[in-house]
Amino acid sequence: MIRRATTGLLSRSTVIGVYHRQLSSIEVSAADELFMMAWKRIMPNLDPPKTPLAFMRPRPSSIASKLTVNLVSPYSEFSNKEVDMVIVPATTGQMGILPGHMASISELKPGVLSIHDGNDVKKYFVSSGFAFIHSNSVVDIMAAEAVPIEQVDPASVQKQFTEFTQKLRSASTDLEKAEAQIRVDVLVALNSALSG
Amino acid sequence: MASLGRGDSPAPLISPQPINPHRSSISPAEDQAFLGVRSISTQIVRNRMKSVRNIQKITKAMKMVAASKLRAIQTRAENSRGLWQPFTALLGDTPSVDVKKNVIVTISSDKGLCGGINSTSVKISRALHKLNSGPDKESKYVVLGEKAKAQLLRDSKKDIELCLTELQKNPLNYTQVSVIADDVLKNVEYDALRIVFNKFQSVVSFLPTTATVLSPEVVEREAESGGGKLGELDNYEIEGGETKSEVLQNLTEFQFSCVMFNAVLENACSEQGARMSAMDSSSRNAGDMLDRLTLTYNRTRQASITTELIEIISGASALEG
Repeated sequence: MIRRATTGLLSRSTVIGVYHRQLSSIEVSAADELFMMAWKRIMPNLDPPKTPLAFMRPRPSSIASKLTVNLVSPYSEFSNKEVDMVIVPATTGQMGILPGHMASISELKPGVLSIHDGNDVKKYFVSSGFAFIHSNSVVDIMAAEAVPIEQVDPASVQKQFTEFTQKLRSASTDLEKAEAQIRVDVLVALNSALSG
Repeated sequence: MASLGRGDSPAPLISPQPINPHRSSISPAEDQAFLGVRSISTQIVRNRMKSVRNIQKITKAMKMVAASKLRAIQTRAENSRGLWQPFTALLGDTPSVDVKKNVIVTISSDKGLCGGINSTSVKISRALHKLNSGPDKESKYVVLGEKAKAQLLRDSKKDIELCLTELQKNPLNYTQVSVIADDVLKNVEYDALRIVFNKFQSVVSFLPTTATVLSPEVVEREAESGGGKLGELDNYEIEGGETKSEVLQNLTEFQFSCVMFNAVLENACSEQGARMSAMDSSSRNAGDMLDRLTLTYNRTRQASITTELIEIISGASALEG
């Protein structure tokens, strides 16, 4: 009896697997058909190169009551977490994102990104980047740099802040001025993040 | 006696194997060895054995170095894989896009001895160049790495726009790659950037891959014309910045740097993997060669001993008789 039950389960799962694979392969071939055809015509002896679509991880599907967050930076990844709310430092001001937010693309400025899940709040400092909000309550946040706020050393922030305000004052060329200004802006944001 | 020596010269002394890599190195010394000396010199085979053993040591060491570098770089490549996925999810992937100015960014290594990864990316780049050139279209190359540069300079020198090398002098980081991306964006006019690299799959397998990054104008055009993957972009509200095109420009430039970062890391990872397997097989080949040489050496030595014994015995029996 039990043995039979497992075989039933197994056969069902394989059927589901095959079905999925068919679906995904259709999608991929539809996207690249033109390219593959052109390639076959010009280079019949060489296999066409892969495209990033072939390596895409499955995207999270929509969950109405929760927000799915992907926070990626060049050195780390924090993906497919389900949370209640995210506050991102957009260039237009702090922006809170709740499930069911409309689809939008926004640029980020240096500031604090906080991820709220129940009473649990996680804070990251992001230097810059982009946030994509998809209509199915999925948020992609790409940051050039994202560090948990606890890992920032307040003393060195203070030190660099005084150093670069000095530099900003003494800067002679426009380029130097702009560079120092960016530094100071980031450090001000860091400072307020630490104190706030 | 000398004529006897020459009579049954090399043929029986050298192993009767179909592949005989050492015959050529022995033959010039034959005359010299047989001129006045009775015994056969094994000096040459011994030298050869020594050099093969040294080569084996070097390839083994290179394999170890590649293995340790691979481990460090593999984790970094895996961590960077999440970076480009949101862009592809939003902007789709458009290798078939038909635009006027194509730029092919070929990523290769600076050093050799790493199997076929560089020639693969060059081949793919050439094919893409052919695919995207026509009467009203043009394609240019941007080359990263010494090896692809050497190969592409030969036949498409006029199409190379920019060459960047010595990428891996320091461990790869995002800042460095964004500087390179900035260089490319500033110096090259483009409608579509096609990045060619080898994606790391496992130590023995890597997949040639091309990623496409469109210029902001093309993104806007494609989004407005609707249809395809980019049609969905119109559903997104674009916030921040004065105009939509400004944000799109920032977005595509950021996309380029992210895709480049991942591509450079994946390629470096494939390079080390390919080097590791290439060095592994060459150490094995050196071992095989050494075995064959040892056999030859021992046979030769045995043959010379036998010859000497025959000489002594036949001499003694001649005296007796």
